[in-house]
Amino acid sequence: MSELAERLLVGDRRALARAITVVESGGAERAELLSRLHGHGGQAHVVGITGAPGAGKSTLVAALAGALRDAGERVGILAVDPSSPFSGGALLGDRVRMGTGEGLFIRSLASRGHAGGLSRATADAVRLLDAAGFSVIVLETVGAGQGEVEIMRLAHTTVVVTVPGLGDDVQAFKAGIMEIGDIFVVNKSDLPGVNITARDLTTMLMLAPPRPWSPPVIQTSALKGEGLDKLVKAIGDHGRWLREAGRWEGRAADLALCRFEEAFAELAVRRLRAVAEASGTWQAAAEAVARGDLDPYAAAEQALGSVSGAWTSV
Amino acid sequence: MRPIRVLVAKAGLDSHDRGAKVIARALRDAGMEVIYTGLHRTAEHVIQAAIQEDVDVVAISLLSGAHLTVVPKIIEGLRGQDAGDMLVLLGGIVPDEDVPPLREAGVAAVFGPGTDTSEVVDFIQGHVRTGSPA
Repeated sequence: MSELAERLLVGDRRALARAITVVESGGAERAELLSRLHGHGGQAHVVGITGAPGAGKSTLVAALAGALRDAGERVGILAVDPSSPFSGGALLGDRVRMGTGEGLFIRSLASRGHAGGLSRATADAVRLLDAAGFSVIVLETVGAGQGEVEIMRLAHTTVVVTVPGLGDDVQAFKAGIMEIGDIFVVNKSDLPGVNITARDLTTMLMLAPPRPWSPPVIQTSALKGEGLDKLVKAIGDHGRWLREAGRWEGRAADLALCRFEEAFAELAVRRLRAVAEASGTWQAAAEAVARGDLDPYAAAEQALGSVSGAWTSV
Repeated sequence: MRPIRVLVAKAGLDSHDRGAKVIARALRDAGMEVIYTGLHRTAEHVIQAAIQEDVDVVAISLLSGAHLTVVPKIIEGLRGQDAGDMLVLLGGIVPDEDVPPLREAGVAAVFGPGTDTSEVVDFIQGHVRTGSPA
């Protein structure tokens, strides 16, 4: 693991790619790798792109990455697509639109059953790209519905992408995804209705309680490369604003605390389950639930009760 | 155990990717994570995609007849970047006499027209170990 970390830090892409596989796989190797990289990075601007399926996120990410590279940034992309709930497999197609982006690092992640529009390993993969020296990390969520708001925690700047014709102005007032945008993009600006959609968004934002940052509404045509300069500028403006308002460091601390809680919960569950399985109480409780003799809550109490006192010694 | 990751790559100039999509779908339904490149990729692009996606298998679909030039180039590039352990498969229209030199170059298997998708799934599952990744 230490060799992998060293190679990642000097910009070895094979090592970076392998490291992402390690954090996706979890376990002790992940913990060791991330510990080795602690203290590296922290400079990257993390930009999240979310929106409905077919809104043009992948095309926009590809075009945006090109524009950012032209502006001198080193760009890494993490693109999440859903895993099949039936086979566990996934068809990851974001590279199709991202084409041959020379000099870009693009990694497709399968959601692997994780809800919220990202995968469990996304936060760790962001840390790896950050440590590897990418200055902007673009995260593309799965085609999101109205509740996939996890991106907001992980990204410094959240870009919500919509297109004309997805619904009336009431959609724009709904809670959830429409609340988390730092920047709104109306993509496919060559379609009819683009001005109505942009107007509905602007109205929604004007009626919202005043916020210290006013999200701009930008019209783009990712396919034709229109409006990208405005989007790049807005992303830069938002990053500067976060730093000047003293919010950049606070976000990193929040995120680290969040990861700590998740890591603790994961570790606790794994160790407690191992103890309960070793003593057979896990299996007994599970069988009782399957037979219908015990309700799930009582079974969980029973299985956990059997390990109380033991967890300090594992 | 982590899922097997497969890059399905369309290398070269032919514009027909029905076969590639059928295979991609079958592999997905067998529980694999399939990254599809899209059409008209250069050897260099396929190599970069395979490296960045850290795949176990590179499945190249080629119908244009350029397999004897493109495929060895991809394998060489993978070896040059410490990725010689990736399993390289070729699907498409490949004359029988071209198979031995391709095998020689490092292609693990060549699947022609009419191959049952389950044959490809079985081959991959039989040849890829997904234990510890590093």
